[in-house]
Amino acid sequence: MKVLVPGPLHSYTGRKSEVEADGATLGEVLAHLDGRFPGLRFRLVDEQDRIRPHIVVYVAGEPARSLRHPVRAQDEVMIVAALSGG
Amino acid sequence: MATRGKSTTRLKPKRRAAPSSPPKQLVLLLGTRKGAFFLHGDAGRKQWRIEGPHFLGCVIHHLVLDPRDGRTLLMASRTGHLGPTVFRSTDWGKTWKEATTPPAFAKAHEGQEGEAVDHVFWLTPGHASQPGVWYAGTSPQGLFRSDDGGVTWTGVKGFNEHAMRAKWIGGMGAGTPDGPKMHSILIDPRDPNHMYIGMSGGGSFESTDAGGDWKPMNKGVAADFLPEKDPEYGHDPHQMQLHPLRPDRLYQQNHCGIYRLDRPSDTWERIGRNMPKKVGDIGFAICLHPRDPDTVWVFPMDGTTVWPRTSPDGKPSVYRTTNGGKTWKRQDKGLPASQAWFTVKRQAFVLDQEDPVGLYFGTTSGEVWASRDEGASWRSIAAHLPHVYSVSVAERGR
Repeated sequence: MKVLVPGPLHSYTGRKSEVEADGATLGEVLAHLDGRFPGLRFRLVDEQDRIRPHIVVYVAGEPARSLRHPVRAQDEVMIVAALSGG
Repeated sequence: MATRGKSTTRLKPKRRAAPSSPPKQLVLLLGTRKGAFFLHGDAGRKQWRIEGPHFLGCVIHHLVLDPRDGRTLLMASRTGHLGPTVFRSTDWGKTWKEATTPPAFAKAHEGQEGEAVDHVFWLTPGHASQPGVWYAGTSPQGLFRSDDGGVTWTGVKGFNEHAMRAKWIGGMGAGTPDGPKMHSILIDPRDPNHMYIGMSGGGSFESTDAGGDWKPMNKGVAADFLPEKDPEYGHDPHQMQLHPLRPDRLYQQNHCGIYRLDRPSDTWERIGRNMPKKVGDIGFAICLHPRDPDTVWVFPMDGTTVWPRTSPDGKPSVYRTTNGGKTWKRQDKGLPASQAWFTVKRQAFVLDQEDPVGLYFGTTSGEVWASRDEGASWRSIAAHLPHVYSVSVAERGR
């Protein structure tokens, strides 16, 4: 499926804002991405497998709350860095 | 050159540059709320050239050169939205590589609430006899070690999984406004297994077995914010230092005053009581003269009422003692005389190894000030930077 990557992560994806990934869950998708772009996953997900506080991931337009969220091949995964503060 | 009291004892440094040695270039490594900067000094420490930003927009809590190889830089970084990590450079910031395994707590057992590192706050190169060893302190309070120059990190189980850790570090609200912190990771130059750590909150602790076990060492230190009068732990050291040439002497700038400890005594003495009453003895940072264990500098801040954490009365000054804290002298020549409301964070007041010693501090208002005469006079060497979190001094061979 297509994964939209926000600017803060472009240093991992070779400046690409859109990449392809595989997986049946959000966790699998991020694991696949981390294999291609080492270090990316830990910037998004903490060591307890929680999505970090200022990261929102949409799967087919719906916010995914956990890594167990199902993903279909035709879904678009959109990662948003929801920065707050100054 | 600054004058000194008769009680001053200068110790011979273990390593001093011989007159024929090639000149070293000093570089100040700045960690700020919006990126890292380098300040390159000339041979006379008069002119400083700024370089950067590196990692613009990222929060850089600490940026440190490995003094053992003179070329490895480690940088603790995070941004407002991405998780914490450590970057590494061996070419003075031309290129950076991220740690493949950044500091992270152990995964919790199913059904248990696990901890996550919010940010890496502190970096300490290991003992001179252990090249490649580094320690990192995190928020919340965790201790991590790298054996490969910062590429991979593992938790120090003797602390992170200590049965008493949860009590030592306290619960929610026991830390600083931007998160509780592990800091002041000190290695005894005589023994790599002998370590100290400081925690805000939690207090000061000692290990004699390379972090396998820890004991509180807070006797004599006030903790006015706790209900218990003389608690064993739960204190708030802001920064602790040991003297490199007399490692049994420690100083700390605490949330509740300035202290000195001379081992084997286990009781800290509040030397900040000798500070002027209208200034007080609250601050973040403390600096030790590299060759004189009696000479110490602090940068007081306003710790009254609601804790403004600004320069007292808007008049910033360094204070120096040359007799182990018996007396203190104000050193503010060149600093703003009034209406200056910055302060200096605990990692942002440092010194070099030259003679006379150069002092440097970065401010919450984005300035860097320098003194080439051991604090007798000051001048601004950089301005309009982001909030400065840390300054460290690096020597770069020519």
